[in-house]
Amino acid sequence: MSGLKRLLPGGWLSVYAVLYVAFLYVPVLFLPVFSVNTAATPKFPLSGFTWKWYEGLPRTPELLNAAWNSLIVGLSASVLSTVFGILAARAITRYRFPGRRPINGLIMAPLVLPEIIVAISMLLVILQLGLSLSLFTVVLGHVLVCIPYSMTVLTSGFEGFDRSLEEASADLGESAFGTFRRVTLPMVTPAIISSLLVSFTISLDEFIIAFFLTGTEATLPIYIWGQLRFAAKLPGVLALGTLLLVASFILLSIAEVLRRRAARRTQSEGGLYA
Amino acid sequence: MPEQSVRPMGETRPIGEIRPMIEIRNVTRSYGAFKALDEANLSINEGEFFSLLGPSGCGKTTLLRMIAGFDNPTTGSIAVDGQPMDGIPANRRPTNMVFQSYAIFPHLNVEQNVGYGLKRLKLEAGEEKRRVEEALAQVSLTGLGKRGATELSGGQRQRVALARALVMRPKVLLLDEPLSALDKKLREQMQVELRRLQQAVGITFVLVTHDQYEALAMSDRIAVMFGGRIAQVASPKEIYQRPVNRQVADFLGGMNFVRGEIVEENGASLTLDTLGFGRINTEKPTAFVRNGAAATLGIRPERLRVLWDDETSQFQVTGTVVERHYFGEITHLVVEIPGLEKPLSVTETNDFGADDIPVGSAVRLAYDPEALVAMAD
Repeated sequence: MSGLKRLLPGGWLSVYAVLYVAFLYVPVLFLPVFSVNTAATPKFPLSGFTWKWYEGLPRTPELLNAAWNSLIVGLSASVLSTVFGILAARAITRYRFPGRRPINGLIMAPLVLPEIIVAISMLLVILQLGLSLSLFTVVLGHVLVCIPYSMTVLTSGFEGFDRSLEEASADLGESAFGTFRRVTLPMVTPAIISSLLVSFTISLDEFIIAFFLTGTEATLPIYIWGQLRFAAKLPGVLALGTLLLVASFILLSIAEVLRRRAARRTQSEGGLYA
Repeated sequence: MPEQSVRPMGETRPIGEIRPMIEIRNVTRSYGAFKALDEANLSINEGEFFSLLGPSGCGKTTLLRMIAGFDNPTTGSIAVDGQPMDGIPANRRPTNMVFQSYAIFPHLNVEQNVGYGLKRLKLEAGEEKRRVEEALAQVSLTGLGKRGATELSGGQRQRVALARALVMRPKVLLLDEPLSALDKKLREQMQVELRRLQQAVGITFVLVTHDQYEALAMSDRIAVMFGGRIAQVASPKEIYQRPVNRQVADFLGGMNFVRGEIVEENGASLTLDTLGFGRINTEKPTAFVRNGAAATLGIRPERLRVLWDDETSQFQVTGTVVERHYFGEITHLVVEIPGLEKPLSVTETNDFGADDIPVGSAVRLAYDPEALVAMAD
């Protein structure tokens, strides 16, 4: 007991915290562990270390194809949701207009709507419009789910942006567009990059909407889903999953660092008098 | 004190033609039912250091922002250098502004900040650099061009903001409470520097401030504003010595108010009977509006002087010291005068021992009847 106490100085609260974190992350950690195991079935005890499942990945044309599709969808969705996010975040942080709060709420709503409902509704609308399912329709769906994330990141970039900076630019003779290009944009660039990275990551991992809205072309999560039917393919899927996990983690970390930098840049303005 | 009599503005500038640079005609700015500025009329001269002075919410910043083009009059018009400014956006006005927050672009260094507005002018290669250097020299920042915006002290940021505006060679430089973020010592130093700079460049400066000492120390003329209205426009001396009403008098510093009965009113003079000070003959303020037989007279605390020992004065009042407050170089005395409803505040320098006058003792106070000025309520 005293040994545990020393290890966890907070007592039971620390035990709770450790269990909490374990519950969140231990399942995820099985993925990389089994992806380097020589046995084809994910079972303990581990039989040996190997990279062979990873080496097999580039030799699978369907996988490369799916990766390429995911890249296209991810890039398109992240650029679109960031552009729309910039417009909305700027309007909401900068202007006071009737309905500002409800509009903000509506834009953020897809964050909590059941994704499967959103996917089915979108499918209905798209079919009604007579569009055929393709990567394009997946992009539309992904823009919808990415915008709330873009908004969150961009709002914190735009918030606290000292309005007099833009006025100073106008005062010095710069046009509205010039002011946006020379002052506003450079100041929120980190937030914009952060928004691009976050939405790309969301799109890369998103399954349900892609599953409903794609035609014959699979994205990575759909490819993985398809592979799960074959037990022999499981280690490959685990290896691929591990790579996606690592990529997501790296992208989101960079995004968060940039978001904080953007927030600091715009908000520190007032605090530098000393 | 005849040398203290009020002279028209412009006494410190070379003799020349006085030309209006900014003309504000019947300008009102309303937000719904609230009038931030109410029928303002003002003419600011070329090369003048002009201050808009008043408490927060008096409309001074609104007026400044309308001159800059960040806000527009609801009714009325503003002209700069003879050009009506209606519909002309901020980026095409011959004015530049020093913002209260300084608004230094945090992603640019000092040089880039100062050269920001020049970039659009498409100057020749060397010219832009030369003008930036010149502006930095004007505000004593030579050599700091490469310094990042976030590495500057408050005073340096203020200078960068100043250089960035001056480098544009505006017809009017607008300053929105530029010294309020600085500590007292730096503020006083910058007051002197700003005044010196204005005289060197000869540009019309319009300063917004709520600090009466700042306005008094720097300006050629001051407009005192309350509740969206301009109460008085005059030189610092006149504003301080001859405030048009109690509000202006109070805002500019301590003032003792004395009620009087008007005995005679003719042309430019007033004769009043007061309880503590007897019969007073005083100059009638230009904006004086008679309201019955009563009138208010005011005298500044420093215009009352303690008479020592057997010293006498033709004009004196006698009273009792009821309070004494020590302020280092000066002492404030509160003196009760029989007949006056409120005791008088007296400010005495401490070189004769005013800080040792016992509370409760009798004192005689000398005054100059000219220092007792009539004003509206």
